[in-house]
Amino acid sequence: MTGFVLRRLALALAVGIAVSMLSFALVRLTGDVATAIAGEGARDEDIQLVRQTYGLDRPILVQYLAWLGELLRGELGTSYFFKSPVSDLVLSKLPVTLILGLSSLLFALVIAVPLGVLAALRPDSAVDRLALGIAVTGQAMPNFFLALLLIMLFSITLRWLPVSGSGTWQHYVMPTVALGYYVAPAFMRLIRAGMIETLQSDFIRTARAKGLSRSRVILRHGLRNALTPVVALAVVQLGYLLGGSVVIETVFALDGLGYLAYQSITHKDLPVMQVVVLMLSVIYVLLTLFADVLNAYLDPRLRAAM
Amino acid sequence: MRRTIRALLVPLLLAGSPALADKASNSIRFAYDQVPENIDPYFNNVRAGVIISQHVWDTLIYRDPTSGAYRGQLATAWRYLDDKTLELDLRTGVKFHDGTEFTAEDVVFTLTYASKPENKATTQANVNWIAKVEAVTPHKVRIHTKQAFPAAIDYLSGPLVMHPAKYYERVGPKGMNEKPVGSGPFRVASHVIGKSLTLERNPDYFKDSPKPAAKVGKVEIRFIPDRQTQMAEVMAGGLDFIMNVPKDQAEQIGAVPGFQARSGETMRIAFLHFNALPDGPVEAFRDERVRRAFNHAINKEALTKELVGGGSRALVTPCFYGQFGCTDEGATRYAYDPAKAKALLQEAGHASGLSVDFYAYRERQQAEAVINDLQAVGIKANLRYLQYAAMRDQMRANKVGISFQTWGSNSVSDVSASTPVYFGGGSDDVSRDGEIQALLRTGDTSVDPEARKVAYRKALALITERAYTVPLYTVPNHYVASANLNFAVYPDETPRFWEMTWK
Repeated sequence: MTGFVLRRLALALAVGIAVSMLSFALVRLTGDVATAIAGEGARDEDIQLVRQTYGLDRPILVQYLAWLGELLRGELGTSYFFKSPVSDLVLSKLPVTLILGLSSLLFALVIAVPLGVLAALRPDSAVDRLALGIAVTGQAMPNFFLALLLIMLFSITLRWLPVSGSGTWQHYVMPTVALGYYVAPAFMRLIRAGMIETLQSDFIRTARAKGLSRSRVILRHGLRNALTPVVALAVVQLGYLLGGSVVIETVFALDGLGYLAYQSITHKDLPVMQVVVLMLSVIYVLLTLFADVLNAYLDPRLRAAM
Repeated sequence: MRRTIRALLVPLLLAGSPALADKASNSIRFAYDQVPENIDPYFNNVRAGVIISQHVWDTLIYRDPTSGAYRGQLATAWRYLDDKTLELDLRTGVKFHDGTEFTAEDVVFTLTYASKPENKATTQANVNWIAKVEAVTPHKVRIHTKQAFPAAIDYLSGPLVMHPAKYYERVGPKGMNEKPVGSGPFRVASHVIGKSLTLERNPDYFKDSPKPAAKVGKVEIRFIPDRQTQMAEVMAGGLDFIMNVPKDQAEQIGAVPGFQARSGETMRIAFLHFNALPDGPVEAFRDERVRRAFNHAINKEALTKELVGGGSRALVTPCFYGQFGCTDEGATRYAYDPAKAKALLQEAGHASGLSVDFYAYRERQQAEAVINDLQAVGIKANLRYLQYAAMRDQMRANKVGISFQTWGSNSVSDVSASTPVYFGGGSDDVSRDGEIQALLRTGDTSVDPEARKVAYRKALALITERAYTVPLYTVPNHYVASANLNFAVYPDETPRFWEMTWK
């Protein structure tokens, strides 16, 4: 088990370095960074000044190694755009993204668990078809489109919720639904399949034979077993939700890490972009590792295989 | 994909009930999509920064956006002592928002600080013409320029705002961004960096300012990156005024009771730019007949009227009509004449047609319409739609034969800020015509207004005669607001919140 964790940690490090190199190179494919930072109306002298100020006149490898060296010393650099330390920026935006990620995950589970159980209890029935319909719609609809539909209904027509901003809890309602609805189908399918399999198990038959109530059999014995893989999936999906909040935060003008990532890409703010991309990729890898360990803890068969 | 979704969504958005204007609180809520990196006007180059600067700060001179006349703002009079020395008398009794009085010391410190290259003002062209600034008396200053620079008056009425010297010296651009202090008709009540800015009416604003004292008590500016979200906010009653709305959507929202949409021509011009260099990537463009054929092939009147709309005008010369020195007098006018275009191509040895890469970075629909016109005369233009920085890289690497360009002149109302950028010998000049460069240089450096006009007129006539460009149209801006808001639109794309009122 320890070897497995160490191997995965080494993998996380390798992924982080690979992702940072890739993003470092990719951003330069869209044109000269100094020209982009200086803006459309900039003249030669403005662009040259930007190039010198940020050391963009050095070879790309030198720039990358310099950045990596600072990172290893714990220096995340200063934002080209906001002129503030990247660490301050990231820390100030992280809470919004964490709130959004966790609330979206909770929302996804709240709709996925009951629907998954209901669908499993009556496979191929109208309830199952309805659950399937909801799942397919969730996966097929781009989350920014759902976001706009929600705005239309709850902000423009009903005037119940604010369109954008992050000042109150009401500002998080629509972003949570738009982001959470997209990941709910994966949970729903897993719960449905798990429940169908569990409900056909010998121990369920035994429980029924012992005369336990239907609800007790389903919730205490059936759901408890079917939920085991869902816990691990939830951890992985949280990683997706943190990274996938870029579009939703931008649409709702939520001042989180996703919006910061969008701004840094728009303004070619390399120090911020590098740190955000690196952080999200490492978080994702670590959450995946955590999910594997959790799975092993919950399921002894997997533990034996490691 | 997003365009399709927008087309489907706007009618749905319109199904909502109209917004209620924020008339009761006598405030205006406005949103913009770009965040200025620093709202100190010397350290950003985005439109939102220009809008904020005009409200929070004052300039020495004010340019009337309607008549184009210059009037005194923080200065009351000015005169050239010689080609390189401009003397200004300063207004007395003006106070900054922190209560300090405006004097010559503020002018000297602000302009000296901004023009020092080591302080890294974002747009160097705004300040790098300043050699030295000196106080003659507490209310008189002299600005010495590095060379004769007649456009100085326009720069002093645009990007060069005045900061309070002592405060600016103490806090620098960073502190000015966090707690801005100016002398303008609004003072900053709060600035949440990257998110919002709240402006309050300055009750002590000097009464002789050409910018009248504000009628509304408060202006809230929010930075909302997504334009669909901005429109939704307007529809939901969360905003009163937005700009840069796509034309079709502005028209649809404007037709809904409770809202209004307006359009206005801006200083931004659109034109095709040929690379006619001897070592340019497309040999055909070295031939004037081919460039003339392009001019005859494009129906810019129809393009301007049918597709661009919104107060846009077709151009004859590559500059904005309202800029000092811009004229179409003596310029060669190319009528829309596909037959003539074909004949010219044939004469130039391209009877079987011509295939070129056509670069663009914005105005995609308009670029596609131009490509259709070219197709009709046998020119196959392959659209290469890139980000601005990528296109500029290609241009400067001498790899672009023809590009669809737009240029906003940094809102400077003088031809020196437009035509010379593309024909004056700089890195974006891909015709390198010595005669034109010399004429533009005369226009840029002479202090005699008449001599400047003559030089620019001759330069513009030669540019069109030699067909180095296809001037297309002025780019409009579209605004959406609550129906109860009184506002006017101006070519410099700066909403004047100080003159806006509620009905």
